[in-house]
Amino acid sequence: MAVILEVKDLVTKFYTLDGVVNAVNGVSFTLDEGETLAVVGESGCGKSVSMMSVMGLISSPPGKVESGEALYYTSQGARDLLKLSANEMNEVRGGQIGFVFQDPQTSLNPILKVGEQISESLMKHLGISARDARLRALELLAEVGISDPELRYNAYPFQMSGGMRQRVMIAIAVACTPRIVIADEPTTALDVTIQAQIVNLLKQLRAKMGVATIWITHDLGLVAGLADRVLVMYGGKIMEAAPVDLLYDNPCHPYTVGLLGALPRLDIHEAKRLVSIDGAPPDATIPINHCPFAWRCIHAFEHCWNENPVLTNVEEAHQVACFHVFEKGG
Amino acid sequence: MLRYFVSKLLISVVLLLGVLTLAFFMLRMTGDPVALMMSRDASPEEMEAFREMMGFNRPVSVQFLDFLSKAAVGNFGNSLHYATPALPLVMERLSATVKLAVIGLLMAILIGVPLGLTGGLNPGSPLDSLGRFWGLLGQSVPNFWLALLLILVFAVRLHWFPSFGADQAKSVVLPAFVLSLAVSSQILRMTRSTVLEVRGEDFVRTARSKGLNQATIYFKHILRNVAIPLISVIGVQFGYMLGGSIYIETIFAWPGMGQLLSQAIGWRDFPLVQALAIFTSVVVLALNLATDLAYALLDPRIRYGK
Ligand SMILES: Nc1ncnc2c1ncn2[C@@H]1O[C@H](COP(=O)(O)OP(=O)(O)OP(=O)(O)O)[C@@H](O)[C@H]1O
Ligand SMILES: [Mg+2]
Repeated sequence: MAVILEVKDLVTKFYTLDGVVNAVNGVSFTLDEGETLAVVGESGCGKSVSMMSVMGLISSPPGKVESGEALYYTSQGARDLLKLSANEMNEVRGGQIGFVFQDPQTSLNPILKVGEQISESLMKHLGISARDARLRALELLAEVGISDPELRYNAYPFQMSGGMRQRVMIAIAVACTPRIVIADEPTTALDVTIQAQIVNLLKQLRAKMGVATIWITHDLGLVAGLADRVLVMYGGKIMEAAPVDLLYDNPCHPYTVGLLGALPRLDIHEAKRLVSIDGAPPDATIPINHCPFAWRCIHAFEHCWNENPVLTNVEEAHQVACFHVFEKGG
Repeated sequence: MLRYFVSKLLISVVLLLGVLTLAFFMLRMTGDPVALMMSRDASPEEMEAFREMMGFNRPVSVQFLDFLSKAAVGNFGNSLHYATPALPLVMERLSATVKLAVIGLLMAILIGVPLGLTGGLNPGSPLDSLGRFWGLLGQSVPNFWLALLLILVFAVRLHWFPSFGADQAKSVVLPAFVLSLAVSSQILRMTRSTVLEVRGEDFVRTARSKGLNQATIYFKHILRNVAIPLISVIGVQFGYMLGGSIYIETIFAWPGMGQLLSQAIGWRDFPLVQALAIFTSVVVLALNLATDLAYALLDPRIRYGK
């Protein structure tokens, strides 16, 4: 499969009154066409900030994407999303890459009709008239499983349930048939029964549109049934990257092992949720030059405190950033 | 929407009844209203005759009902000073006060809204610093001091504007400006903080994620959400300007209701004071009602009765 997005050495910081927050510290990954990539890791490890940096959605101040590249491949070649002008970026956002946010409660404009919130994106990217945009928005509402689209088009967000609002968010994200959809914990804010519906909807759309998906989540059970590949993040870094079955069969990084509950073998179809690991995530305002997981790692040895490990192949398509794995044999 | 409006209307009616009751009993709370209204050297016979004429000799409940039923048709009795009905005297002054308040409000909006918007959109910029300075100034400079200062500089020294009265078109400038200062700073600070708040809302990030251009995001997504609370602040401030210009009208000898009020108090002309107080309250209540209506029209959450 051809690569569609290649992120290299992304570094993002926030300059706050409490100091400089090192939110993303050199993240690199690739996304293939049509692939589903899951990004997992504890709260605050930099999942959202990484993806928003790529999309130019970090507000500055206080945030700043310090360095890195985000190459977006099209038939015309590669373009670095981090170097695009505001207008060029606006073409990509919404048009080529759609975003679904975590909280449908707050992610829609409270005083605009939901239909209009879909139409405005269509008008911007497809250059169609308000009338045509409305017709297309009605189709989209039906596609995301909202009954009576004519009526719902004129509804305001507060007149809808959380699940329905998230369907609207999804309709917005896929409105202009993007090549990539980034879903940032799209079900966390919803009831459990609704969560399954939204996951199914996203799966359906993915199958229908063949869109590449980056799925940020806490739910490792979900990852097993959903993703092709998984990125495990910790302290603003990617600790392990692997195809989903490899990761579940042979988790290498002590953090991943901890996440998966440290069980020797996992049936990948069995839902496993995050188990807590002793200790707390590191304070991102302290700059470090060692492994960020060393504080909590039961295997940490001298090298781990002297140098920050980089992602290295442990087997075909499976990378780990851990000295223990390579020097002590895991 | 209708329910919302009817409930607001009912609240206004209750408030109005409260104002009427207060106005009625205020006069009687300190004891004998006759003693309040007549000069100290009036003879007992004169006082009795006055009591008879005003109906103060009747039981209080009868007086109250009489007062209410007359108030309902706009009859607040005769002014003692002018010996003519009080309400028309008040109405005569209405246009001057409204003119002062409208021009003052326009000044406040023209200063406060643009400075608040630029400050909120570019916090820390030079214009924002200017805006924050203005916000502080408007909050801390006392009206009467500013009025005297302006008279001294622009009327006495520079002769740009008259120092009092309302006989020239430009007479309104100085009093309106004094009236607008506090309000402009209120509007400015409110606009700035609302813009800052709305700017960081999730839905603005959604708008950006859709690739909308900056202008669309500002006008369609941010400003419309800022307008809603702003409208209500402006409505309340306008009410304050209509009712609260007593000092300013007095200092600038502006022939409005505020000046009349300070004169009426000096004359112990209680029917006139009462008429002024009640009328001002009615205006403020009506204005609040209009504000609530505008608020509802702008905000679908209220329009569709959340
Ligand atoms: N606007 C901001 N100002 C300052 N720090 C921020 C800001 N946004 C994020 N951060 C910091 O950046 C780091 C990464 O945050 P991020 O939101 O990416 O975490 P996350 O992995 O998405 O967590 P969650 O699972 O809770 O969504 C955190 O330490 C967070 O405190
Ligand atoms: Mg997040």
